[in-house]
Amino acid sequence: MPAKRAMTTPNSIEEAAATIKELSSQGATIRPAGQDSRKDWGGDDAAGTVTVHTGGLNRIVAHNPGDFTAIVQAGVPLADLQRHLGREGQWLALDPPDRGGTVGGLVATADSGPARHRYGGVRDLVIGITVVLSDGSVARSGGTVIKNVAGYDLGKLFAGSYGTLGLVTQVALRLHPLPARTATLVAGTEDPAVLTRAVLAMSRHPLEAMSLDVSWRKDAGRLLVRFGGVTAPERAAHAAKHLADNAVDTDVVLDDESIWAAQRAAQRGAAVVKVSALPTDLPAVIAAAGAATVVSRAALGVSWLSFPESDDLADRVEATREALSPHQAAVLDGARLVDAPWPEPDPGTLALMRRVKARFDPTGTFRPGTYVGGI
Amino acid sequence: MDGRELVERLRRVVGDRWLLLDEHDLRTYESDGLLQYQQVPRLAVLPGTAEEVRACVEICAQEKVPWVARGAGSGLSGGALPVKDGVLIVLSRLTRILEIDLDNGRVCVEPGVTNAAVSAAVGPDFFYPPDPSSQIVCTIGGNVAENSGGAHCFKYGFTTNYVTGLEVVLPDGELVTIGGKELDPPGYDLLGAFVGSEGTLGVATKIWLRVVPVPEATRTLVAFFDSTRQAGEAVSAIVQAGIVPGAIEMMDATTIKATEAMAHAGYPVGRGAALLVELDGAEAECDAQFAEVTTICAAQGSDDVRVSRDEAERQLFWKTRKAAFPAMGRISPNYFVQDGVVPRTTLPDVLVRIDELAAEYGLTVANVFHAGDGNLHPLVCFDAAVEGQAAQAEELAGRILDVCLEAGGSITGEHGVGVDKRKHMAKMFGEDDLAAFQRLRCAFDPDGRANPGKVMPTPRLCGEVPGVYRQHPLEAAGIAERF
Ligand SMILES: Cc1cc2nc3c(=O)[nH]c(=O)nc-3n(C[C@H](O)[C@H](O)[C@H](O)COP(=O)(O)OP(=O)(O)OC[C@H]3O[C@@H](n4cnc5c(N)ncnc54)[C@H](O)[C@@H]3O)c2cc1C
Repeated sequence: MPAKRAMTTPNSIEEAAATIKELSSQGATIRPAGQDSRKDWGGDDAAGTVTVHTGGLNRIVAHNPGDFTAIVQAGVPLADLQRHLGREGQWLALDPPDRGGTVGGLVATADSGPARHRYGGVRDLVIGITVVLSDGSVARSGGTVIKNVAGYDLGKLFAGSYGTLGLVTQVALRLHPLPARTATLVAGTEDPAVLTRAVLAMSRHPLEAMSLDVSWRKDAGRLLVRFGGVTAPERAAHAAKHLADNAVDTDVVLDDESIWAAQRAAQRGAAVVKVSALPTDLPAVIAAAGAATVVSRAALGVSWLSFPESDDLADRVEATREALSPHQAAVLDGARLVDAPWPEPDPGTLALMRRVKARFDPTGTFRPGTYVGGI
Repeated sequence: MDGRELVERLRRVVGDRWLLLDEHDLRTYESDGLLQYQQVPRLAVLPGTAEEVRACVEICAQEKVPWVARGAGSGLSGGALPVKDGVLIVLSRLTRILEIDLDNGRVCVEPGVTNAAVSAAVGPDFFYPPDPSSQIVCTIGGNVAENSGGAHCFKYGFTTNYVTGLEVVLPDGELVTIGGKELDPPGYDLLGAFVGSEGTLGVATKIWLRVVPVPEATRTLVAFFDSTRQAGEAVSAIVQAGIVPGAIEMMDATTIKATEAMAHAGYPVGRGAALLVELDGAEAECDAQFAEVTTICAAQGSDDVRVSRDEAERQLFWKTRKAAFPAMGRISPNYFVQDGVVPRTTLPDVLVRIDELAAEYGLTVANVFHAGDGNLHPLVCFDAAVEGQAAQAEELAGRILDVCLEAGGSITGEHGVGVDKRKHMAKMFGEDDLAAFQRLRCAFDPDGRANPGKVMPTPRLCGEVPGVYRQHPLEAAGIAERF
């Protein structure tokens, strides 16, 4: 008989703390959840795991436009936050695919989109964090100012921890001005080596681009470089000059929103492998992708390989991961298809991660067994 | 404990020459950049390789001796202050640049490499952005430990935004690699936790850093205002306009006077505030924004805006800013450098409050700061020869931090907590927060041997590592159904 999934939705941080304390003292296991937009990422939770939804923690506590900071509860949908900030010409410079789920879910998965190139990821934009640990304690680190080195930086530790250390209840965020306008330089080629040379030519120049992506699908690739600011179109045209010797066709697109929406969308699929490599590894990543489309944050060396639905999907995914080795490759969408969605980390590092888990969640309350190395 | 065994074992690792036992030799290391704290260590070792560092740490673990890592000793919070019965591990011999890979924007260095040496190694086309004023001497290992920043951090970010990987000797003597040359390794962001941990989680023996292309254009100006309030409002207006300058530095009247006497840049002594604004980036964008900044400064009341005409003049503007600390020595026999942070919009009010406090104590406080990110460096002037004045000045420096906290800020923006600010930690963090910090520390260093007595306000022990690590507990199902 399948276990009945229970859930609870606390309406305040205090209530969340009391609930978690009670659950963990009873030996329950907990899965924190926002809008479940990335529910299938990571391993399966134990039968009977209680879902603690952050839907009741939905306040934008403060937005200080003059300081470019905001304090936001975990359950606030990212799209709502962006709409709120946009009224002041600001945004949280994170643009993950879909609508982005909740802020808490975004922090817990450290998901990102094309803006990562310029603004960094979740870890770089969270300036303070409040979490509830399994003993019900409410701990805070960082603060609400963009520069601060007092105490340990738990915001980074919890970013990308997939709910396995505790419940993220609130974050303080650094914001950025929305660009006055944007323009995108597009360069196309069918040769991965030419594409890679174009990427390297670009990343050697101080372009200050917002995004620098590669897209590869059906034997053809494009380099996409997005500029923001009043002079964006001129800068895009100017940047094209750096590609003069590169045997690529170039074009500057002013109405570029759909290009980037497509890049974001291609980070999702029936199965998605995210791989950590270097910019110079791009040809190898493209070769390993097979029929999958590739979205690469090309100057960062991080790529998403998205596979369409097929009968032999699991085999294709595993063959690609095999071909990508020794680069670390995690399966995000479609994690259930494979035996182990997470790559095997270095044993020494894993031992240290286990020690971190054991200290923060000694009762093994938060999503045991679902994370890297079976943590 | 019989110390001879410890000494002999360490000698076998580093050799006679790099083992210091003599009180006279050890005095070199009794303080870091914060001279009011002094402590001679029991002994010091200067290992020459990562493996020697590892072996030294392991011996300390086995002999149950605490240790402190030290880079250049330029820290300003007493972070590298030795412990009395402990070993000081000096990393100044680990100065090799191990790899430069500009195609991928990476360098890999040993911890004793200086900050300035990294930019020199990747120049002239690339540079390493975090630029503490101490960059000629301070080490990358120290920068990692302190999460150091500098004038250009408002735009470019801090050390933590540039470290992609570390090789670390854990306090039990094990060598682990966290992160690496590639970004986003799956698993906990131990890198983020280690950077800024002030030498309390282990010793970094190898560091991978991201480097970036040198900007195409740089434009620098200095604008003079009647008051710091006006200058502060100009800063807010610039940032509100969506402009992200490479640097915005402010000096108050006292600082202008002191630095002019030393740097002779022709600054108008008597003006209330000087604002140094540097824009860098793409030529076209830079020019467009520079015009806007000039207009904003004028609109906020500056009738004297000087634009650097060439690199020499730009260097002069910076020399004047960087002379601020040493110049203070000319107007006051002694001074404390405070390091606090406030939300940028509160700057004008906080500066007024600091002036009031200075008047209350009858002491001079000069202000020089990274205005973009609200990081204040009030210089509290005093005369140690006057009975009780040092204590008064220290109290005033502490009151300034209270003002920063009341404004919603922090007790340190870049110098770290070290020993100096332990006493202020409990004002910023509650008991549950500190307990969470301790969990991290215990995960890395359960026996408390790495830089003990730093960061945390009171000494704490780690409990036993909790029992068997539990995976899928089957009994949870039944209990869960009650909800
Ligand atoms: C004139 C002056 C100006 C300064 N300006 C700035 C500034 O603009 N911005 C800024 O951020 N700081 C500034 N500082 C402070 C200081 O230079 C920085 O904190 C610097 O990072 C310290 O580096 P260091 O090599 O001197 O480290 P040390 O002082 O030797 O050590 C600092 C801390 O790092 C630890 N440590 C050192 N090496 C390692 C390692 N390899 N692994 C683990 N832990 C280690 C030590 O245990 C200690 O806790 C300034 C200091 C001075 C004197």
